[in-house]
Amino acid sequence: MTDYSEAFKDIPGTIVFDATQSRLGFHLNQFCMSLMKAENRERFKADERAYLDQWPMTEEQKLAVMARDLNRCIELGGNIYFLAKIGATDGRSFQYMAASMTGMTQEAYAQMMLAGGRSANGNRSKSEWRNRG
Amino acid sequence: MARTEEQHKRPGLSAGTAAGARITASVYTSHVPAIGAALDLGKSNEPYWQPLFAGYEPSKAWLKENTPDVIFLVYNDHATAFSLEMIPTFAIGCAESFQPADEGWGPRPVPVVQGHPELAWHIAQSTILDEFDMTIVNKMDVDHGLTVPMSLLFGQPDAWPCKVIPLAVNVVQYPPPTGNRCYQLGKAIRKAVESFDQPLKVQIWGTGGMSHQLQGPRAGLINKEFDKDFLDRLIADPAGLSLMPHIDYVREAGSEGIELVMWLIARGAMGDQAGDKPPRVVHRFYHVPASNTAVGHLILENN
Repeated sequence: MTDYSEAFKDIPGTIVFDATQSRLGFHLNQFCMSLMKAENRERFKADERAYLDQWPMTEEQKLAVMARDLNRCIELGGNIYFLAKIGATDGRSFQYMAASMTGMTQEAYAQMMLAGGRSANGNRSKSEWRNRG
Repeated sequence: MARTEEQHKRPGLSAGTAAGARITASVYTSHVPAIGAALDLGKSNEPYWQPLFAGYEPSKAWLKENTPDVIFLVYNDHATAFSLEMIPTFAIGCAESFQPADEGWGPRPVPVVQGHPELAWHIAQSTILDEFDMTIVNKMDVDHGLTVPMSLLFGQPDAWPCKVIPLAVNVVQYPPPTGNRCYQLGKAIRKAVESFDQPLKVQIWGTGGMSHQLQGPRAGLINKEFDKDFLDRLIADPAGLSLMPHIDYVREAGSEGIELVMWLIARGAMGDQAGDKPPRVVHRFYHVPASNTAVGHLILENN
């Protein structure tokens, strides 16, 4: 089982939502789930800090949510399908969220998708990312 | 009307007797939420979306001529009906009906999905006795994973033209089921359907994919070569394809490309996998992009 999870760690720019991540992120993801309800979205938008303080999340997780740093949220156990509910609360498109994780502008990201997306070539292994310097 | 394994394997008989239910075809399609939004907001004729919807036109025409009584629809829930509180690997919807879910923008303006509890319970019982530990769900809202394929293939009717049995597969929490488990479940579903004593035409749909990654610095990954090879092998060698490990899906098709394991459930339920003739390819379509995703689509009809 350890080998199963370890193997994914060679894939660059990717965190697989395995048992470790799920345990880290349980409350973060449950917070996201609460945003499915309109009244919770309103309460969150009215005072993000106060709303987050109702959840037994770590301080790092709360700060990452408030900064809308989705990559950091994922490192801290967030799962993208849950985190997407923060973007929906903000009225952001999924493509906006996706772009924000790549360090590209939404325009540049959309253009990359129109041109066929990010190639798998050069993006399969962390060794390829290290070598590109 | 129990059938023996031997009868089940015999070509000619496995297509179901005149009185029994049978699987007539399988349909495979991506279920990108942006496609649903484009339809709901009346954008399907915009240049960005037009080629995508055009690719489904032959399928819509075929479905009009070949509307089944029931669709067994394999999809995944996207943190909608299932949070991290409970994570069933295979959840079969046995309810009378299923409401379109509010995924944070209000429910999609699509008809309520009507179930087929009698067949659903029959399949649940048959597959559990076949040693697949299904979760039985009697109340569940269905998200874009289920409703976008319905919209793509039936357009925007006031009521869906057939009943639907949802099968929600976990592909969010790792590990999801293996490709082989999905393929084997498909075979068990076929057996279950063909032992149901009512003359129903049943289609099985596999949804999700194709290549896409929605998270992290590698978001936007698309792998056309992988996708086309996946379609080729799904048609010609599903048993071989079912042995592909998860790591290959994630590395080659992106972290959300793992959804493709669900297509193997539909493929495993086709007649040729129980000894009948190979299916006929009715339609095949591939398009990049729909928002962040490569869209793949295939229809196979049992001969």
